[in-house]
Amino acid sequence: MEPYKLGAWEISQKIRNRELTARECIVSFLSRIDSLEPKVKAYVSVLREAVLKKAEKIDKKVKRGERVGMLAGVAVAVKDNICTKGVKTTCASKILENFVPPYDATVVERIEAEDGIVIGKTNMDEFAMGSSTETSYFGPTRNPWDLSRVPGGSSGGSAAAVSAQEAPLALGSDTGGSIRCPASFCGVVGLKPTYGLVSRYGLIAYANSLEQIGPLARGTYDCALLLSVIGGYDERDSTSVNRAPRDYTRSLGKDLRGLKVGVLRELIGLGTDEAVVKAVLECASKLEEMGALCQEISLPVLSYALPAYYLIAMSEASSNLARYDGVRYGYRTEVDLDWNQVFSKSRREGFGAEVKRRIILGTYALSAGYYDRFFLKSLKVATLIKRSFEKAFQQVDVLLAPTMPLLPFRLGEKIDNPLALYMCDVDTVPVNLAGLPAVSFPCGFHQGLPIGAQVIAPPFREDLALQVSFAYEQAAAFKGRTPTL
Amino acid sequence: MKIGLEIHCQLTSLKTKLFCGCSSDYRGKTPNTFVCPVCLGLPGSLPVLNEKAVELAVMVALALNCEVAPQTFFVRKNYFYPDMPKNFQISQYDVGGSIAIASGGWVGFLVGKTRKTVRLRRIHLEEDPGKLFYHGTIDTSPYTLVDYNRAGIALLEIVTEPELEAPAEARAFLQKLRSILEHLGVSDGGLEGAMRCDANISIEGGGRVEVKNISSFKDVERALTFEIVRQRDLLKKGVKIQTETRHWDDVRRTTLSLRVKEEEQDYRYFLEPDLTPVRISQEMVELLRSRMPELPDARKERFLKAYGLPEYDAEVLTSDRAMADFFEECAKLYDKPKAVANWLMGDVLQCLHSLEVDIDQAKLAPQYLAEMLKLMDRGDISIKIAKKVLWEVMKHGKSPSTVVREKDWWRITDLQTLEGYIAQVFKEYPKAVEDALVDEKTIHYLIGKTMEATGGKADPELTNALIRKKLSQMKKGS
Repeated sequence: MEPYKLGAWEISQKIRNRELTARECIVSFLSRIDSLEPKVKAYVSVLREAVLKKAEKIDKKVKRGERVGMLAGVAVAVKDNICTKGVKTTCASKILENFVPPYDATVVERIEAEDGIVIGKTNMDEFAMGSSTETSYFGPTRNPWDLSRVPGGSSGGSAAAVSAQEAPLALGSDTGGSIRCPASFCGVVGLKPTYGLVSRYGLIAYANSLEQIGPLARGTYDCALLLSVIGGYDERDSTSVNRAPRDYTRSLGKDLRGLKVGVLRELIGLGTDEAVVKAVLECASKLEEMGALCQEISLPVLSYALPAYYLIAMSEASSNLARYDGVRYGYRTEVDLDWNQVFSKSRREGFGAEVKRRIILGTYALSAGYYDRFFLKSLKVATLIKRSFEKAFQQVDVLLAPTMPLLPFRLGEKIDNPLALYMCDVDTVPVNLAGLPAVSFPCGFHQGLPIGAQVIAPPFREDLALQVSFAYEQAAAFKGRTPTL
Repeated sequence: MKIGLEIHCQLTSLKTKLFCGCSSDYRGKTPNTFVCPVCLGLPGSLPVLNEKAVELAVMVALALNCEVAPQTFFVRKNYFYPDMPKNFQISQYDVGGSIAIASGGWVGFLVGKTRKTVRLRRIHLEEDPGKLFYHGTIDTSPYTLVDYNRAGIALLEIVTEPELEAPAEARAFLQKLRSILEHLGVSDGGLEGAMRCDANISIEGGGRVEVKNISSFKDVERALTFEIVRQRDLLKKGVKIQTETRHWDDVRRTTLSLRVKEEEQDYRYFLEPDLTPVRISQEMVELLRSRMPELPDARKERFLKAYGLPEYDAEVLTSDRAMADFFEECAKLYDKPKAVANWLMGDVLQCLHSLEVDIDQAKLAPQYLAEMLKLMDRGDISIKIAKKVLWEVMKHGKSPSTVVREKDWWRITDLQTLEGYIAQVFKEYPKAVEDALVDEKTIHYLIGKTMEATGGKADPELTNALIRKKLSQMKKGS
């Protein structure tokens, strides 16, 4: 079998057992990338030479009988808002088109410490602002299941790369659903960790208080594997929580007997595509068949989640993105003007329309006279949502909901209607406001397009969410299905 | 007239910056070499609070009689300026649930001989921006250069109530504040830019004017005086003083308008999401309180008791840590503390002013002052010579006895030598001699001339006696 068809765990096992070399694997992925990228456009950059050298190093280690890491020889696609030392990290923005970070994000260091190989940087919505990967300065990524459709976003490149077998593993970031949305649209597994589980050091901020880096893979096991590598305390991130490291693959395979699953009524309600509702309810029945106890749970406060999320995210973004002024790095206007004009003109020319929209709205929401009405109120909503989740978790172990209220839409279908696009995040944002972990996994197909369900767990219970996703995946009729490309 | 001050004081005793591990020893270094992704605000970098900075801030709060917050937060102050790598400053402000590290408090100080107390509004921690360099001055420079070595240095902002009533009061307050901070060992005010100040001033019938960019305490008095004159002139002409922000140009010693009220910035403060709340336990506060060094007011009390100094002297000396240290060193070597105090507050201070140095950078060592005082006591030099010796010591850093030896400033006690000088004076001023023969009171003129002729080295009593003797001989002879 071609190595690119293998999962991450299989690859590292085969390399360790000398059934495969890391070089063979990497070459296999590189040629897969070469043949599919013209169609899929998952990557912003591919690290051709560097990855071969790294693979050879790992092969030497294996040959000498040295210990190799959990991700030995495994190619990892990294979203282009995660800093990689010496490798362009663009946030898919013109303003960072040539930005080369002098340092690695903590998650990249951890992947490399386990002998994983960053094979390339993946496309995304500009500064992670979007749900379709269409706001990328480098052009959109396509959905591997239907090239006329969007892969979701903002980690659309990462999800598409994994889905199209251009990498077995990928890193995304999830501010309001940016891992789960593309995971759902591309038929892969994606996990948004508890806030504070994974270091954000090196993640170029969109909305700091909401976002986490998380793994994407074709199967739950690989997803758990990558989470085990990147998770854990980092003293460079003050919001990272000091807990003992964990191997998330261990809890997989536990059966679901007695597990209480709450199906979130609000998220399968009005405005959700019937096919999605049907698939999620069927998933719930399947879980029941496997011994889980399903019940409906209602959290009415979730109806305020979307506006609260956008206000907080945009407010933080307006401040986070202030640093792109053309003085120290990044795009700078050609004209020699006074500094105020250089700032304004560089930003006008360097940012795309959606980014500007969010900066303007966020600036407005933080302004004197509006702060209480918008920003502060949103924080209060977030607190209420967090509390209502806490209450729900007194009744059930995990919650089940659709990841997206709709099926992957066509490129260009929604891009000119920002509100309609924002509405797509309605099912994913509550999790970010509450800082909870959630896994999106494929729960069915409709007319050849994947549908994702998400399992939401209490803080730091990624193990539970992964356990459900893994159990379902083992029993799913479409297990192992991949897009035809 | 109401004056309020915002003092920005670097916590210079910290080895590293406020939110990263970069060295804080940036002075005189190649621009933009003491930086890292965090203090440069590179995309993806995150701040981590220097816990030692919190401890120092709490100590300052205790020394200034403030109330320490049990929990404190950081906020972002958003505005675009090229000296700020992130175009926001991580600071503290009472907004959106954020509380500064300490509030309230007061400082007592002496203005001339009057005691005054100023209340403080709040104390907070924030990061220093980088430094801008202009070609010439801000309004004429064709470009601006930025050095981020300073960016991220821990800064303590101390905000007073607008209770100061004159530029001299502002200076006296700052002097006392600096002394307190130096006694605490948190900040060395002698370092360039370590203590900076913004001043708010409003005079009767005018709007509030904020003067920024005052980079030394000496300039505070200058800038305030300039502003008062400017504003009073305008009022006389019937021009309304508008609320505005002005820039102190320390080269031309004037203020320039930066922006008027309508252009005032909305800083859009909100909680810094990359930092977590900082808890300051009562145990920590008490531990720090127990480790507090002696502060100026306590030291003053000790000076009263241990050295028997008058209150004024004790206050003046302890208003400057280096001066107080100098005094104590010197008093160890010379057992008349009041004389030491007199010299320090008089001639030494005068020399320091005209040489424009602080006592700890001066070439005068405590042992030199003690040595000089002993030379005087032994009668080796007169007070007049002593003043000259002091100048020489402070200029060249030589010991007093070396100066006296090299200059041959020993008191002239040799009779023959003195008689020679006197004979010369009598020869030069026959009229004065005649007068003295008639009226004994005019003898002082001749004494003065003799002293002058010897460059002040003549022993005054001996000179007096010899002149009287010579005059009486002349009377007898006639």
